[in-house]
Amino acid sequence: MAASPETPSRKDQLLEWFDARFPLIETWNYHMGKYYTPKNFNVWYAFGVLAAVVLVIQLVTGIWLTMSYKPSADEAFASVEHIMRDVHWGWLIRYMHSTGASAFFIVVYLHMFRAMLYGSYKKPRELIWIIGMLIFLVLMAEAFMGYVLPWGQMSYWGAQVIIGLFGAIPLIGEQLVVWIQGDFMISDATLNRFFALHVVALPLVLVMLVFLHIVALHHVGSNNPDGIEIKECKDKQGKPLDGIPFHPYFTVKDLTIIVVFLFFFSAVVFFAPEMGGLFLEHPNFEPANPMVTPDHIAPVWYFAPFYAILRAVTFDLLFIDAKLLGVIAMFGSIILLFLLPWLDRCPVKSIRYRGNTYKWALAAFVVAFAMLTFLGTQPSTPLYTFLAQVGMFVYFAFFLLMPWYTANEKTKPLPERVSRSWLFVPYSPRSSEGDK
Amino acid sequence: MKKLLFILLWLPGLVLAAPSNYPLDRVAVDPSDQPSLQRGAQLYMNYCMGCHSLQFQRYNRFARDAGVPEELVMEHLIFDPEIEIGALMTIPMSSAAATDWFGGVAPPDLSLITRSTSNAYVYTYLRTFYSDDSRPFGTNNPVVENSSMPNVLWQLQGLQEAVFNDAGDVVGFELVEPGLMTPEEFDVAMADLVNFMAYVAEPYKLDRERIGKWVLLYLALAFVVFYLLKKEYWKDVH
Amino acid sequence: MSTAEMVDHDRRRFLTASATVVGGVGAAFVAVPFLASWAPSERARAAGAPVEVDISRLEPGARLVVEWRGRPIWVLNRTDTMMELLPEVVSDLRDPESNESQQPPYTQNSIRARESMPNIFVAIGVCTHLGCSPQYRPEIAPDDLGPNWKGGFFCACHGSRFDLAGRVFRGVPAPTNLVIPPYAFISDTRLLVGDDSEAA
Repeated sequence: MAASPETPSRKDQLLEWFDARFPLIETWNYHMGKYYTPKNFNVWYAFGVLAAVVLVIQLVTGIWLTMSYKPSADEAFASVEHIMRDVHWGWLIRYMHSTGASAFFIVVYLHMFRAMLYGSYKKPRELIWIIGMLIFLVLMAEAFMGYVLPWGQMSYWGAQVIIGLFGAIPLIGEQLVVWIQGDFMISDATLNRFFALHVVALPLVLVMLVFLHIVALHHVGSNNPDGIEIKECKDKQGKPLDGIPFHPYFTVKDLTIIVVFLFFFSAVVFFAPEMGGLFLEHPNFEPANPMVTPDHIAPVWYFAPFYAILRAVTFDLLFIDAKLLGVIAMFGSIILLFLLPWLDRCPVKSIRYRGNTYKWALAAFVVAFAMLTFLGTQPSTPLYTFLAQVGMFVYFAFFLLMPWYTANEKTKPLPERVSRSWLFVPYSPRSSEGDK
Repeated sequence: MKKLLFILLWLPGLVLAAPSNYPLDRVAVDPSDQPSLQRGAQLYMNYCMGCHSLQFQRYNRFARDAGVPEELVMEHLIFDPEIEIGALMTIPMSSAAATDWFGGVAPPDLSLITRSTSNAYVYTYLRTFYSDDSRPFGTNNPVVENSSMPNVLWQLQGLQEAVFNDAGDVVGFELVEPGLMTPEEFDVAMADLVNFMAYVAEPYKLDRERIGKWVLLYLALAFVVFYLLKKEYWKDVH
Repeated sequence: MSTAEMVDHDRRRFLTASATVVGGVGAAFVAVPFLASWAPSERARAAGAPVEVDISRLEPGARLVVEWRGRPIWVLNRTDTMMELLPEVVSDLRDPESNESQQPPYTQNSIRARESMPNIFVAIGVCTHLGCSPQYRPEIAPDDLGPNWKGGFFCACHGSRFDLAGRVFRGVPAPTNLVIPPYAFISDTRLLVGDDSEAA
């Protein structure tokens, strides 16, 4: 069956049939075949696709877990152990899901840090950043409610502490807590509604937001480590000179990166699923007991920086007491991230060509964030509380002072074309020769 | 009757049992050591199962993993003829009754105890009971101070008394009445018992590590193929 | 653009094919745990363990129903009269030799029971048509079942008829004879349903 121009092959006919009824080829070309991607992407640009991979892992394993999980205070804990022991391969599916939760935050934090390195949140990509931050917010809610479901001691007392935050809100706080719980304590009703939100509502929102994130990205085009727009340098056909089609170049590259990621992911799933108590906390192997609080309640590591900020506020400010102020500080630390595109006033995107002030500020921010992450998992001592206050100060200063320290940055001249390199600095000095 | 009154008087103290900072002795566990699992299971069934269930563990799974024929498990580990080989290791004692007997604290299920605490914790706890006349059962323990559990293993271990430092902390033990086992034999027995309990906490551990090796091997191989493919395509990009 | 002509297409095709095969094998292996997890769990297996039945007080002509794997299991102690009537209906049966029906090999005979205890008939009490549980109708020629009825099982759902060996009659919707589970006699009075390995 040699195909001639007059008689298209079966495959082409089928394609044509579909394409007449659905924008198949158009969509493919728009997002893959003719989506021109900067050729100088480095490893920092892997975490977006890895987040998508983890999302798929979580959706599939999550669906499978709901097949045997019982969302009831009496049965939840035992049903998780039933999955781990009685259901064939249940342990693997559950460990994939629990490891996936932590993996999700690892890749998302690195993905966000990439945006801060190369100014991916700046014009014209502010909306991509905002949608991304919404994804982060929903992800935190999703992870929190998911952590309640096994109904272990940490599930219960973690929920107690987090729901308790809303009690700090003046006037309506108390009633709000009762309303969220659906009871006068955290109970079967709470577990049931968290289950509904965790497995149906929030995943739907998450998938929709991820879709919008990608639509917005493909509309403006990707940023790159040099922070210059590849669309400004086009050839006669109108293709960006520094852009290459996403398919096949980035499909093969991303597949390779996914395999590397899966290697590390599997290493954790099969050889260290508890990750020394970081991914699965020890007290959560004890069923929830409303009468006994564990000696030390620590949030899972990915909430730790924000939890550390919450606890660092031990002082009253004006008419606001420490409890409410801590809650405000914690939510404030997340809201500030939303404002990043407008706090940063430097016209240069990439850290490669930005001034030293921003580099030091970002370094201090990273140190503070790491320190807060550590402190959030530790019991509070006077020293640790002090360190958390220092960390919180640096965290807020990084954002709140940004409009000033980025306004008159000594930036380096931007290159006309991109360069390929691994990290912060470009390979060849060619582009920065004109410096000084 | 007098004894019951004595226990009732001590109720508030029992509830206050709390963990301490007593240094823990490490212990190696190996779920592939089947003789150790068998010895540990025997100890558990004889000394612990009276009060502590293993409600998530099935007898037949243990038989398979410990390399024991099911008939032998039926014969030596299951004392109740009504219990089937596929049953869970539950016990008839109701938790309400148990709460009464042990003064407010029901003996917990121990299926996951080594995961919610640690192997070292259980291993140390089992070996550090000492005589203390002020306690209702006559024993105390530095790992869980004022523990409400009696020293059920005293026949094997013998009776020991604690050596305190000036601050009142337990720093060592003195055997005052030898048991059926020498201290060395007793340590080995407790290591077997902890090995069994660690196995019960995660019976699929050997499976996961065995399969994990193949998965990593596959991914390493897949990486080579995908990397070559990427390299080949990226020859176009300059 | 000149490099485009120097592309080694064979190598590219070979590597793409290799990657597809390796990726496909990986995907197939990933599918295994997810598909296998749908099989009955250890709990379901434990609940589906063999059931012991005491038949010491089962009078001739009486039927016992026990549950095994969530389904009714009939244990019928057929009278000698019933046994004698069995061959008489053979010409009206669809599968008298039980060639198309499901039963352990030791019950594929004219009485559909173990030779050691020929009168005891054990079957899964579920119609092979659509899964209703038929009624036990031992009486001879009742009004509703017609003059030719010599005792058997009648499914009220769709009118399927079986004789006292669970063999299906011609002209009813059920396609095959009643299914017989594996069973064995531990002693003269104790029957084990679900496992026949001990009495092999």
